[in-house]
Amino acid sequence: MRTTKPRTIVVPEDGAAMLADAIRRVEQPSRRVFLQRSLTLGGLGLLTGCTPDSEASIERALASVSRFNDRAQAFLFDPTRLAPTYPDSMITRPFPFNAYYGEDEVRVVDGDAWRLELSGLIADRKPWTLAALRALPQQSQVTRHICVEGWSAIGKWGGVPFSHFLRQVGADLGAKYVGFKCADDYFTSIDMATALHPQTLMALTYDGQTLPPRYGYPMKLRMPTKLGYKNPKHIQAIFVTNTYPGGYWEDQGYNWFGGS
Amino acid sequence: MNGPAAVIRPAWLRTTHWLNAVAVLLLVTSGWRIYNATGFLGLTIPPALTLGGWLGGALAWHFAAMWLLAGNGLLYLALNLVSGRLRRQFFPIPPRLVVRDLAAALRGRLSHADPRRYNSVQRLAYVFVMVDSIVLVLSGLVLWKSVQFPLLRTLVGGYEGARRVHFFAMAGLCGFIAVHVVMVALVPRTLLAMLRGR
Repeated sequence: MRTTKPRTIVVPEDGAAMLADAIRRVEQPSRRVFLQRSLTLGGLGLLTGCTPDSEASIERALASVSRFNDRAQAFLFDPTRLAPTYPDSMITRPFPFNAYYGEDEVRVVDGDAWRLELSGLIADRKPWTLAALRALPQQSQVTRHICVEGWSAIGKWGGVPFSHFLRQVGADLGAKYVGFKCADDYFTSIDMATALHPQTLMALTYDGQTLPPRYGYPMKLRMPTKLGYKNPKHIQAIFVTNTYPGGYWEDQGYNWFGGS
Repeated sequence: MNGPAAVIRPAWLRTTHWLNAVAVLLLVTSGWRIYNATGFLGLTIPPALTLGGWLGGALAWHFAAMWLLAGNGLLYLALNLVSGRLRRQFFPIPPRLVVRDLAAALRGRLSHADPRRYNSVQRLAYVFVMVDSIVLVLSGLVLWKSVQFPLLRTLVGGYEGARRVHFFAMAGLCGFIAVHVVMVALVPRTLLAMLRGR
């Protein structure tokens, strides 16, 4: 999904500094971009005499339907229903790479220096090292990754069940949102119900090996109940909040819930 | 209620028909843009024919218009069922009569003297589009939320199966629309009937 300019490579030395950097540098695409993109029927849009005002109100209408769809999806979400799992033989090889930049621009994070920063409605906000995460109980899954573009691929991820981690750090499980900031300036957020789903995984391995940079080293949040753009890679920071955090693609007009 | 001045297309039918038409137009054109994001069947649909401008916009249109089709489509089916019109107008469809009427149509000899009654080819076509629309909606539900609809997912051959079912059902719908529009153009009285009821 390459529709915006790629970022420059950042090699973080300190998690807190990285967080501040990411917040500053994250691009907030103007609503006008979505405006210009949202209504196109070849030249027919011009012929019908659509003014910028009517385009703006169409965009607002579509956005409010998207928010309604968030509520509909929350209603349809069954916290006990598991996504289908598959045998190892069905893993898609090679598993596709996808990001808003090319594979040659993948961030290479220093795993020794990396610290997972925690903030917001969490009791124990001490940062986590990779080693500490690897010492937690691990689970593995072979599930289907579905991209919003339409394609899908089966992959194998291993790591810490997110619900276990959230309970361990004393996160407020009644809060609405869990947000993520990533090393590649990507950011997104999810609903608490999905965060607590049994298949939501802080993925540290892919196909039995350490998660490689192109799939999100050192850590990705794997959710087979959500589309690919909701599964953030190279996570630097996690926060729990009741204030809507948005997301890289969601702020540009993609649906926030993004459930599969 | 006989004669050309009588209302032969009730208001609820005309309203639901045209709302369906709008919903289908929005869904098909935005759906084409969504399809173009992968173009997985080897062809690309000309972008000028698509709605939304980019994938995000197309998805926004698609997931808005789906509510119109689902709600209005259900209303159309329910009213047809409850009023008895579904049984009266569309059944039976004897295969022998379909062949006969199709042959007559191709020779330009299929009568449209009584617009209150559908010939057998029409009955088959309209029942086809009702069933095809249901297939589109059900396969669409699997594309949208394959995890939350496991039974539907299995019926359409999994997530990847749903992609193909959804696309080919759309192709069938577009085929129907093409023939339908040509037929209406050949017998313009039918358009008037669907607009003003008589």
